[in-house]
Amino acid sequence: MAGVRGQGHGLRVYAVLYLVFLYAPIVLLPIFAFNDSTIIAFPLSGFTTQWFVELADVPALHSAVLTSLKIAVITALISTLLGICAARAATRYRFPAKAGIMGVIMVPLVLPEIIVAVSLLVVFLQIGLELSSLTVILGHVLICTPFCIAILNGSFQSLDVSLEEAAVDLGESGWGAFRLVILPLVMPGIVASLLIAFTISMDEFIIAFFLSGSDPTLPVYLWGQLRFPQRLPVVMALGTILVVASILIIILAEWFRRRGVAKRGGSDSGGFL
Amino acid sequence: MSALIALSGAQKYFGAYHALRDIDLEIGEGEFFSLLGPSGCGKTTLLRAIAGFEALDGGSVHIDGHDMAGVPANRRPTNMVFQSYAIFPHLSVAENVAFGLRKRGLDAKTQAEKVGGALEMVGLGGYGARAAHALSGGQRQRVALARALVLEPKVLLLDEPLSALDRKMREQMQGELRRLQRHVGITFILVTHDQEEALIMSDRIAVMFDGGITQIDSPEGLYRRPASREVGAFIGQMNFLSGQVRSGSEGFVAQIHGLGHAPLAADQSAEPLVAGQATFGMRPESLSLVFDGQARAASEAAGRVADRAYYGDMTYYEVALDGVAEPVTLSMKNMVGQPVLSVGDAARVAWDPRALIVFSGAGDA
Repeated sequence: MAGVRGQGHGLRVYAVLYLVFLYAPIVLLPIFAFNDSTIIAFPLSGFTTQWFVELADVPALHSAVLTSLKIAVITALISTLLGICAARAATRYRFPAKAGIMGVIMVPLVLPEIIVAVSLLVVFLQIGLELSSLTVILGHVLICTPFCIAILNGSFQSLDVSLEEAAVDLGESGWGAFRLVILPLVMPGIVASLLIAFTISMDEFIIAFFLSGSDPTLPVYLWGQLRFPQRLPVVMALGTILVVASILIIILAEWFRRRGVAKRGGSDSGGFL
Repeated sequence: MSALIALSGAQKYFGAYHALRDIDLEIGEGEFFSLLGPSGCGKTTLLRAIAGFEALDGGSVHIDGHDMAGVPANRRPTNMVFQSYAIFPHLSVAENVAFGLRKRGLDAKTQAEKVGGALEMVGLGGYGARAAHALSGGQRQRVALARALVLEPKVLLLDEPLSALDRKMREQMQGELRRLQRHVGITFILVTHDQEEALIMSDRIAVMFDGGITQIDSPEGLYRRPASREVGAFIGQMNFLSGQVRSGSEGFVAQIHGLGHAPLAADQSAEPLVAGQATFGMRPESLSLVFDGQARAASEAAGRVADRAYYGDMTYYEVALDGVAEPVTLSMKNMVGQPVLSVGDAARVAWDPRALIVFSGAGDA
């Protein structure tokens, strides 16, 4: 008993250290975002909301936020649509070399982003595509689609094939069966996929850095600001807002996914949280 | 009886696998018809071919005189109850039942009446507002029935509808399905691997093995006159004893190795087998134990109890008969005043020659 308890204690210490390592830097963000000093160091000198106020009058920042939002929304829509097609094909149809094809689609999940970014840059320059938000969107779709497929595969796989056949048997066309039966049942997965892709695109840096041209996205703009030490607290303030927004979106995505599981009366398995 | 459904020469391949072999089948209006066979025999494929979910590679399906070639499932006058029931989990019970009615262009009141009536018919009156995913297995099955029957199809197809239910529920639903079918008068085609279920519910049964239909007959016909040893062994239990058929002065005579000879019943077609090797099938209930003090039966053999299974109302014995290679199985009703024999006890076994079923070929199948 003592040995088992001792072991459990060691693991607990490890788990706590792990979480501290993971989240301490993020906790520092809001601390210094509200600190009344341009120098990022302890001891703290006082509470202020000045940095958040300053955020409000930087036009370059606003345009970067808008660019990022636009890219993230379009990326989320395209990669979720592609994800729906791929997940449906993977779960519903039999075709030659299916495992291989699905594997290749999922590879960007593990490819180093810097490699993807450089390769895309070379390709775009070669075919004469000018760097813009469009090129960032293309890059982001490439890396977001595997995530969307992973989420949507789960939704599609848990569906009984007979459901669609039953709808057709009751007089619906193939499209009608998809729209009236399949779509409502996978909708929570679709919403989760949209939110995840949006989040990934929103804070993706490397691809955006290489491919964004003259319109920087928010992460690229932030990176640029780091050259000016006096701007650091403002960046911290912005970072705080982004962290809060990301957490909210992920919670929302998970909530939709769980609601979907409950709605179908299934038991929970998998998911991100 | 006009044929509502007619299949002729139906063939289906899955790759190199021959799933349906030259199926000829006619099913009448208002008939309760079962497709019976072990798993993988093609019975579900055949049902799905009638429903329009599998395209045939040869032959034809006619329903009500119309060739169904190229007619998709959603335009066929058939509806299906799926093995998993396929209840739409995001809809209420009433919305499930109304699903197929939406395209009929009914006004809201008529539709609600039809849905209510269908639910009433399957014993789920008042369940309309319930969420479909919260129902029990038996209730889902009823919703699936109501959802299909509300469309008043010419044919209702049932794919192993009772296999997911527990035994008590299954027995109750067998009776209910049968009553429901008589009530609505629609042709039911049931796929099942459970021979008892097929016997209880059907007007006629097609027995399938390896993608082909071996025999189509009424339950009594199948049980009494199985076309092959395979069918005989699949429907109920059967002992197989080898011997020959001889021609006697008053019909045919069975000469069974180890048991002697006895006249064959007139309903057994023995003529082609005269002088050739034959196998005789004996149902467990056509054999019986003779207890001490009972008169000697006309056809009797001596042996020893090799094994026994006690069922309460019945006891099944395995008896090794003197001069017979394989032990025979026999069933006895457990009557008051009669002993239940133990393994190793000596036993006298009477057999009824009228119940002999004759097959061609030698050997114990």
